[in-house]
Formats: sequence, structure tokens, C-alpha cells
Amino acid sequence: MLENNDEEAISIIKELYRYSGNAYVIGITGAPGSGKSTLTDKLAKEFRKKGKKIGILAVDPTSPFTGGAILGDRIRMNDLTLDKDIFIRSMGTRGSLGGISKATWGAVKVLDIFGMDYIFIETVGVGQSEVDIVKLADTVLMVMVPNLGDDIQAIKAGIMEIADIFAINKCDLEGADRTKLEIEMNLDLSEKKDYRPPVVKVSASRNENIEELVEKLIEHRTYLERTNKLQERRKKNAKLEILSLAEEEFISLIMNKSLEENLLDNLAENVLSKEMDPYTAKDRIMSLIDYRRG
Amino acid sequence: MDRPIRVLVAKPGLDGHDRGAKVIARALRDAGMEVIYTGLRQTPEQIVQTAIQEDVDVVALSILSGAHNHLFPKVVNLLREEGVDDVLVIGGGVIPEEDIPGLKEAGIEEIFTPGTSTKDVVEYIKNHLKR
Repeated sequence: MLENNDEEAISIIKELYRYSGNAYVIGITGAPGSGKSTLTDKLAKEFRKKGKKIGILAVDPTSPFTGGAILGDRIRMNDLTLDKDIFIRSMGTRGSLGGISKATWGAVKVLDIFGMDYIFIETVGVGQSEVDIVKLADTVLMVMVPNLGDDIQAIKAGIMEIADIFAINKCDLEGADRTKLEIEMNLDLSEKKDYRPPVVKVSASRNENIEELVEKLIEHRTYLERTNKLQERRKKNAKLEILSLAEEEFISLIMNKSLEENLLDNLAENVLSKEMDPYTAKDRIMSLIDYRRG
Repeated sequence: MDRPIRVLVAKPGLDGHDRGAKVIARALRDAGMEVIYTGLRQTPEQIVQTAIQEDVDVVALSILSGAHNHLFPKVVNLLREEGVDDVLVIGGGVIPEEDIPGLKEAGIEEIFTPGTSTKDVVEYIKNHLKR
């Protein structure tokens, strides 16, 4: 229901929202093929051993051309299907460039209200879009693999800054130590954060060193809770969420208005023929939208 | 905007490869559907749990090993047991003509044998959704 922006879904969330807040959200991101799904499977199993209920949202890209998607993350998590305390939902991005569909916001809340202890959000890694996952997660785990030419990638704005923990997956491959060193060096050079992200070598497919990664996840959570930074972070996320919902509705208003009079199309023609500049076109739209809805 | 059709492409049993299932999955994606594909060697229980968690509109079963008469109805029955009545169940793969009536009686709405055009599968799904 949530994915389809159902009015009913939203009113249900409104009613039950005060019961949420118990779940801890871990965002898992990284390049395609870095092993996020396999790692999520192993992490979920470790947390299940501790008796925790787990929700997993696996996000895969929707084709901007056909609107369709292959949601294949579940293949790596087959063992988890019959566990009653794990719920896995595959979602397509359905048009959100950020790599997280707008429905993921709501899905996290639903799983939270439902009683999940931990919610993993596993997203597409297409480069800069990783930045979006921060809006939802309490802890961000970035999965890297050796030798992907990621050394330069890591320096690009946004990537290094959003990760709370780095996992170097497929650590059995040549170059794992070098990759770890490069990340550590980058962390040395970058602005000092209060909490230096640990860099953990793992192999998801071989189930190696997963316990250490789990330890680091719990350590980070403890740190955030102890220093009250979790509340700060969640407040920032709440602001972003409110803004994001408002933005979505605003665009929707514009698009609806535009449909009525073929407005956007006409304006685009004018801009193309240089009869109008884009800023004036924007002014034209703004003047037609009644956003004083109060 | 119409919500995308969600399809679970599932391979029950012990098939050795999934080339056909992947072709179907791609065709459905290109037709604008969201396809959940769970890989080889699924049990009927896994298929049904996945169908429920993923809230699919269609379960498309693919089998090559000959176990369809046993496994396909099993999936249908498990779905019924779980109270699921709004999912279209279809099947495909290596299935002899003479088995098709029996399967349809068991609740598999349509069977698509080798040589079917993917366009036909897409059209069938669009025209026979239960939601």
C-alpha cells in the first residue's frame, strides 16, 4: 500500500506512529557486485542468534524507461525466507534518483511499528546516490571490494563522509590489505570526526569475520546512544524526511497543474526556442501554483 | 500512476539451470513489471512465504525436471492454506501437453510451454490479474 502512496496506508501510519522508535536502522550501501546482499544475509543470521527480529528492505533500480525492475537481492538470502522473525521486502527505486524509493521511508516505519529490532536497508550503489541512505539510517555501513578502482571513488565528496563503518568484502582477494590501507589513509587526511569509522575485512560468502563486523555495528550504536548523538541524528533525519515529503507533494502539484494546460510542455518549447529563459519559465509555474494551502 | 505489477518468478525443485526463467524475468521487466526472482532450488514453502512477504500479484513457476505435477499443485494449496486468494498462479518450462488439464484443475491458471512468445506471457498476465 505504501509503495503506491495509498491514502489509507498513510492514515494508518499517522495513527500508529507513536508506537514506532524501537527499531535500529542500519543502512548498507556500496557498489553493485560488492556483496551487499550476501553480507546482509550473514549479518541477519548473526543478529538472529542474539534473538533479534529483523526487517530487510532490499532496493534495486527501476528502469527509467520501462518502469520495470528485477528485484534479485533475495537470491542471496534464501536461508532467511522461512524464519518467522525475519521479514524481507524487495523494492524498486521507482523514480527516486537517490536510490531509495520514497516508499522506503514508510516501509521502515511499518516494520518498526510491527516490532522489528533491527531494520537493514540494502541499497543500490551507483556512486553519489549513496548519500540518500543517510536520511534513513542510524548507522551506515559501506561495503567495498578490493581493486575496483575505488581509491579515487573514495575521495569523491559524500562517499567517505557518510560511512560510519567500512567493510572490505571478498577479503580473500588480492589487494584487500591495500584497499584497507587506502581507506585508513583517506580517513587520516579527512576532517576529524568524533568517531573514526572502523575498517573491517570480511568475506561474506565464506562467512569470515562477520562477528567482528557485528561488534563494530553494536559499538557504533552504543556510542551514539551514550553520547545522545542518536537523537541528534534522528532529528536531522526527521527534518529531511519532512522536507522530502513536502518536496514530493509540491512537484506533484506542479505536475498536476501542468497536465491541465500542457503547461510544462509549452514552457519547454519556449525555452528551447529561446523565447523564454528557464528562470522566467519557473516563475510562470510558481505563479500558478497555489501553495498557500495552510 | 498505475502501480507496477509484481511477479514472483520461482523455480521449485531441483532444476539445474534457469535460462528460461531469466528470459521471462527480463521480458516482464521490460514490460514494466517488478520481478522478484529467488534463484534455483526453491521449496514450495519458500515460494509461498516469499509471495506473501513481497505481496505479489503473480506467481510464475518454472520447472524443467518433470516434477511439476507434484510441486505446482503444492504451491497452489499452500497459498490457499495461507489465505491468499488474489494471486494469479501460472507455470512454464518442460511440461507435456497431457499434464496441462490436470494442472489447470489444480489451480494453475495457464501453462506456457517452450516456444511461447514472451509477448503472450505479458499479455496474459495483464489481462488476468486478480487484483
